[in-house]
Amino acid sequence: MKRQVPVLITFIVGTVLILSVFFPPAERLGEDFSIFFDIIAVFAFFLGGGNLLRIHFGKVYQKREDWGFSIVTLCGFAIMMMAGLFKLWNPGGIAADVAAPGSLFQLMYDWIFNPLGASMYSLLAFYVASASYRAFRAKNIDATILLIAAFVILLGRTPLGMYVTSWVPESFSILQIPNLAIWIMVSPNLAGQRAIMIGIALGVVSMSLRLILGVERTYLGVDNE
Amino acid sequence: MRLKLLFLSCLLLIFICTSAFTQDEAVVADSLETTAETISPAPATSLTAIDKPDDHGHGIDLSWELSADDGGGLMSVMGYMIYRATSPDGSYEARSGLLLNVTAYSDVGAMNEGENDYMPDYTDYYYKVRALTTDSAVFADSEILGPVQSFGQWFNWKRLSVLLLVAGFLFLTVYFIQKAKGGAKLFVRRLAGIEAVDEAIGRATEMGKPILYVLGLGTAADIATIASYTILSRVAKKVAEYQTGLIVPCYDPIVMAIAQETVKTSYMNAGRADAYNEDMVYFVTNQQFAYVAGVNGVMLRDRPATNIYMGKFYAESLILAETGVAAGSIQIAGTDEISQIPFFVVACDYTLIGEELYAASAYLGKEPLLLGSLKAQDYAKACLIFLAIIGFITLMFGYHGIVDFFHVAG
Repeated sequence: MKRQVPVLITFIVGTVLILSVFFPPAERLGEDFSIFFDIIAVFAFFLGGGNLLRIHFGKVYQKREDWGFSIVTLCGFAIMMMAGLFKLWNPGGIAADVAAPGSLFQLMYDWIFNPLGASMYSLLAFYVASASYRAFRAKNIDATILLIAAFVILLGRTPLGMYVTSWVPESFSILQIPNLAIWIMVSPNLAGQRAIMIGIALGVVSMSLRLILGVERTYLGVDNE
Repeated sequence: MRLKLLFLSCLLLIFICTSAFTQDEAVVADSLETTAETISPAPATSLTAIDKPDDHGHGIDLSWELSADDGGGLMSVMGYMIYRATSPDGSYEARSGLLLNVTAYSDVGAMNEGENDYMPDYTDYYYKVRALTTDSAVFADSEILGPVQSFGQWFNWKRLSVLLLVAGFLFLTVYFIQKAKGGAKLFVRRLAGIEAVDEAIGRATEMGKPILYVLGLGTAADIATIASYTILSRVAKKVAEYQTGLIVPCYDPIVMAIAQETVKTSYMNAGRADAYNEDMVYFVTNQQFAYVAGVNGVMLRDRPATNIYMGKFYAESLILAETGVAAGSIQIAGTDEISQIPFFVVACDYTLIGEELYAASAYLGKEPLLLGSLKAQDYAKACLIFLAIIGFITLMFGYHGIVDFFHVAG
C-alpha cells in the first residue's frame, strides 16, 4: 500500500498533465497541480531549516571536526532570521516589506550576501582558464581539432581576428576568422547541440513514461529489481 | 525735435512688435485648429474577429488592415488600441495597450468567474480598433464588428503531430517492455560513465574515504533530479555493501527529504540498515553560490575519493568540478543542461551526456522492463532521423506539408 498509492498518484497526475497539453479543458487541472507543488514547497523550507539546525547543533555539541564553521553557519542563520522576522531597522516598521531599503535584512543581503555570491561566481573565470588549459592540449586528433576550433572562435571574437584576415577577398569571406568563428558556432556546434537536445527530449519522454507506468520506482526508495 | 522723433519711433516699434506677436499667436492658433481638423487619420479597415482556435475558450482573435495614414498618407497614425463592448452601443473598454505596427491581436480574458478580467464564453462581444495619433484627442475608430463569441475547444489541433509522436513512442515502449518480459535479450551499448561507478566506489573503499554525491540544483519536479535518484539508489546500495562513507549535500529541502528516503531504503536493501546515518544526506542552502561554497568546503576538508554529479547544473558546474580536480577525486558527472556538458567533459573523468543520464538507471539495473523503454527510445530516435531526412528532401522539392505538420505553434 505504501508503494502502490504513490505510484497511483504519479499515474493520475502524470496522465492529467500530459492530457492538459493536448486537451484545452484539462489545462486548468495542470495549473492546479502546479499550485499544489508550490504549496508543498513552502512547507519544505521548514524541513530544510530544521535539518540545517539539527546537523550543525549536533556538530557543535559533539565538537566534531571543524565545528567552528558550524557556529558561523548557525550565527548567520540566526541573525538573518531575526533581521527578517522582527524587521530590524526597517524604516516602515513591523508591517513593512521585509526587503525594504534600509532594513537590516536588506543591508545584510546587499552588503554581505551578494558580494560573497559574486566572489564565488567570479572564481569561474579562473576555473575556465585552468579547465581550458587542460582541454586544449593537443594530445590526439580529437583534442587537436578542439584546440583549433577554440582558437578560431577566440580569435574571431576579437578585433585581432578581423585585422589578421581582412586581406582575404570578399568572395572568400568565409575564410575570414570572424566569419569562420560564426560558421563553427552555427553549423557544426549547433548541429551537435541539437542532436544532444533531441536525445534529451526523448530521454525525458521515456523517463516520464517509465514513471507514469510505474516501471521506474527507485525515486520512491523501491528497488526495481 | 529729435527726442520727439525718437520717442515716436520707439512707440511705432513697440506697436509693430506687439502686433506682430499677436498676429503670430493668432496664426498659430488658427493653424492648430486647421491641423486638428485635418489630421484626423483614416481608420483601420477590414476588421475581423473569430474565436481563438485550439484553446480553452475566453479568447478572441482580431485582425485588421493598417490605416491608410499609417506608414503612408498623412503618416499621422502612431498605433492602435482594441476596444470591446457587450452591445454595439454600449460603453467600450480598452482591451489592449498601444499596439505599434501590428495587424492582429488576441483578446484573452481570465477563465475563472470572480477573477479580474473575467471573459465569459458564449457572450456577444463587439469590437472596434482605434487608430491613434500623437494627439490623444485625434483618433479614428474602425467600423464596429460583432457580435462574436468565444468558446473552448476539446482538442488542440496544432499539437496533433506531438500527440501522434507521443502515442507512437508509448506504443514502442509498451511493445518492447512486453518483448523484454517475454525473455528477449535486448542489447544496450556500454556506458563508460556508469560502469565507472563501481570502480569509483571500490577505489573509495580502498582509500577509506567517502563518496560525495551531488544531486544538482534541480527541484524534485525535474526529470534530471528524478533520474539522479535512481543512480543515487544504486550508488548508496554499493556504498552500503562496501561499507564506505557517503555524503549527499542538498540544495533543495524536498530533494533532501526524498534523497534521505532513497539512501535509507538502499541501505536496508543491502542489509545494512544499521550503517545508515541520517546526517549523510543534509540540506546546505538553496542559494546557488552559497551552496557551491558549502560543497567545495566539503571537498577540500573531507577529500572524498569520488565525486558524482548527477542532475541539473548551471554556472556552478565548473566551480564544483575544478575544485574536485584540485582535491584529487575521481569525478563522474551527468546532466541534461547542454551548456554545462562541455565543462563536465573537460573537468571530469567520465561524463554522461544528456540522455545517458536517463538511461543510467536502466543500464545499472539491467531489468528487462527498463531496458525495453531504452530500446523504444533508440527506435524513436531512428524514426526522428528518418522524418528529418524526409522533411529535408521534401523541402528541397518545394513541398512544405510535412514540415508544416510537425511545426508546433502555441
